[in-house]
Amino acid sequence: MTDLEFQPKIIGFLCNWCSYRAADLAGSTRTRYAPNVRYVRVMCSGRVDPAFVMKALSLGADGVLVAGCHPGECHYLEQNYKTMRRMTMLQHTLRQLGVEEGRVRLVWASAAEGHRLAKAIDEMVDRIRSLGPLRWPAGWQERPEVLAAIERVASEHASAAQEVAT
Amino acid sequence: MSRRVGVYVCHCGSNIAGTIDCEAVARAVGERVADVAVSRDYKFMCSSLGQSMIQEDIEKEKLDRVVVAACSPHLHEKTFRRACSNAGLNPYLMQMVNVREHISWVTKDQVEATRKATAMVTGAVERVKRQEALEPQYVPVNPATLVVGGGIAGLQTAIEIAEFGHPVYVVEREPSIGGHMAQFDKTFPTLDCSACILTPRMSEAGQHDCIHLLTWSELESVSGSVGNFKVRVRKKARYVNSEICTGCGVCEEKCPIKVVDDVFEAGLGIRKAIYMPFPQAVPKMPVIDTAHCIWFVRGKCRACEIFCPTKAIAFDQKDEIVELEVGNIVLATGYDLFDCRRLPQYGYGRLDNVFTSLEFERMCNAAGPTGGRIVLRDRETEPRSVAVIHCVGSRDKRTNEYCSATCCMAALKFGHLVRERIGAEVYSFYIDIRTFSKDYDEFYQRVMDEGVHFVRGRVAEVTDVPRSPAEEGKLVVQCEDTLLGVQRRIPVDMVILMGALEPRADARDLALEAGISCSMNGWFTERHPKLDPVATMTDGVFLAGACQGPKDIPSSVAQGAAAAARILGMITRGRVEIEPVVATIDEERCSGCRICNALCPFHAIEFDEARHVSHVQASLCKGCGTCVAACPAQVIRGAHFMNEQIFAEIEGLLADAWSDVSEPVAAFAAGGVDD
Repeated sequence: MTDLEFQPKIIGFLCNWCSYRAADLAGSTRTRYAPNVRYVRVMCSGRVDPAFVMKALSLGADGVLVAGCHPGECHYLEQNYKTMRRMTMLQHTLRQLGVEEGRVRLVWASAAEGHRLAKAIDEMVDRIRSLGPLRWPAGWQERPEVLAAIERVASEHASAAQEVAT
Repeated sequence: MSRRVGVYVCHCGSNIAGTIDCEAVARAVGERVADVAVSRDYKFMCSSLGQSMIQEDIEKEKLDRVVVAACSPHLHEKTFRRACSNAGLNPYLMQMVNVREHISWVTKDQVEATRKATAMVTGAVERVKRQEALEPQYVPVNPATLVVGGGIAGLQTAIEIAEFGHPVYVVEREPSIGGHMAQFDKTFPTLDCSACILTPRMSEAGQHDCIHLLTWSELESVSGSVGNFKVRVRKKARYVNSEICTGCGVCEEKCPIKVVDDVFEAGLGIRKAIYMPFPQAVPKMPVIDTAHCIWFVRGKCRACEIFCPTKAIAFDQKDEIVELEVGNIVLATGYDLFDCRRLPQYGYGRLDNVFTSLEFERMCNAAGPTGGRIVLRDRETEPRSVAVIHCVGSRDKRTNEYCSATCCMAALKFGHLVRERIGAEVYSFYIDIRTFSKDYDEFYQRVMDEGVHFVRGRVAEVTDVPRSPAEEGKLVVQCEDTLLGVQRRIPVDMVILMGALEPRADARDLALEAGISCSMNGWFTERHPKLDPVATMTDGVFLAGACQGPKDIPSSVAQGAAAAARILGMITRGRVEIEPVVATIDEERCSGCRICNALCPFHAIEFDEARHVSHVQASLCKGCGTCVAACPAQVIRGAHFMNEQIFAEIEGLLADAWSDVSEPVAAFAAGGVDD
């Protein structure tokens, strides 16, 4: 691998009970797969707010992986069905925004399926590598008005969050 | 907001340091990420020296947040939380990054591994800065326990807990406790009689002051959580008054209806319409099978009522719902035998003298339908040759891929019993012989010495169509002998199919009710496959016996006892710690839209009609965070997984995202994160 090859940066949300343990298992069984996914642990895939995905993409991620327990095996009984619904809607929205199919993926992996998660990640990395960097929205970092708008929204968010916290 | 964060990158010997440049990660994060006061790497963070390094830094450097980059939090989160706690730092102000399982063990690309580790540690630092101190919550533990399933595993749990004077409710679906073990004749490898060792346990359970048996009953629903479950049990109508029935058996004798018993006798024997499944049944009390009883079918007969000396027959009995409050639940629901009709090439159900393993168990049993005589379906002829086919429905991509673990030993036992009792030739068709436990392989050697023939190969078919005069009137077993490399046709009189152990047909329903998960095959999932095979992901719900996976009697008993020990520990402690990861709603800002209400499968969110706001009951909340993600007003806080914490983590993870992609990545590791 050359240093010049495009290395996609992917954010991966893993649920604590199945997919995080699947990633643990992939490690303990020394299953090799692409090191491009940076993980965030959440208790359940149902915790993944579509805003997390948008945030990651807008901060420069080339793709987002959401992984949860298989339908019917959710530690919280049925919350992954809600994830499924949300992700379907989100993917619909992303299509309209011009984000290519395959950049945001939902994967089911039980705690015993390290190989499955690894395989899904390899496929995803290959796919995104062929798509190239997302740089979304295109070239925004060169446009001062966009940067100012982001700054403004971010500070509003921060103050809102502060308000919630107090 | 200024914090003092301590970052610790573990080498784990060479496990992590072999792939990740730990020193570069620690340096990059220490130099480039705001609020990092201390950033170190060390050979083994989990060692006592590593832990005391953190503790000393917390005290001397006045750290108020800690990040440990090491192995999985499922392994060492407790260790490092305790280390922080010991130094006076709230344990929830520590965040772990899994750089071993998630990075160094899955790639050899050192540059990318170091880059990913730096990004993940940066994410953790950004997150931990926004983490809040949380206090663990405690709930009292109800000393009563519910055991679902009265087989040997469930009985072991029940007796061990009851011995300490705590109440135990045993719910059993069949009319008697005892489970599959009560059906067996001999147990491997010691060949002691199953009933001789089981029935004393059954009567001990039946007579114990602290054990309440609810037989002919099924679990309806479970609510609540660890320490305080509320369960509803349906006591099906027996149509026999349990207060006055003496179990004399006159009703059974007088009942004119004979029914094929496909539960206890595996279809090989008959019972009456009013029956006790077997003579040593506990409780010693019959039930009426309403599908066959003439009174229920045609409104006539009542012979049992007429002859009952104590007038215990009660045709007007109704199902009863019993509500129980328990602190812990043990699932010990066992297994179903594979339906051998699913593999028609073996002829079960079509060829008379093909038997299932359970049928053969009943046949060998002196109290069984043939009085212990090994005979063909005509009930007279003794077979002169018997084929035992292993792995029927196991290790087979068409049915179940797993090994059923018990059948090899049971097949060896059958081989021994046939040789001992009738001296017939025995052919055992196997893929691999698995005799993995204490004294098991010795038993295999013994059965080989007794003259059982072993043929290695999966049987293709069992047929009654002869190809030569020697095959006339016989069952022919067609198989490739993989040791000789030839096709063989072996004519025999009787075939025994060693059916697989399968999860109970309704196991998934029970799992859903108890709030636990099943594996892909349908077995209940344990908390950890090696380190915690007894508990489940749901606190207060434990597993015992074959419901967790195929298991023989010793392992079931051991697991039953282990579940009892765990529960006794909780009862003795009197209270249980609950992770404070729960959702709370800011009621001032809740618009009362009720979107969250329907999302919670634990019914933890109530709607306050008067104030028109939703409210989370902390004791029912399991902390999944689905409602947090769904709230359109963003006024639900998921403790420890708050929006601002996760947003900050994402920002940290992508701190290097806008660096030029053509820039040599090594510079990243050396230079750290782009701000």
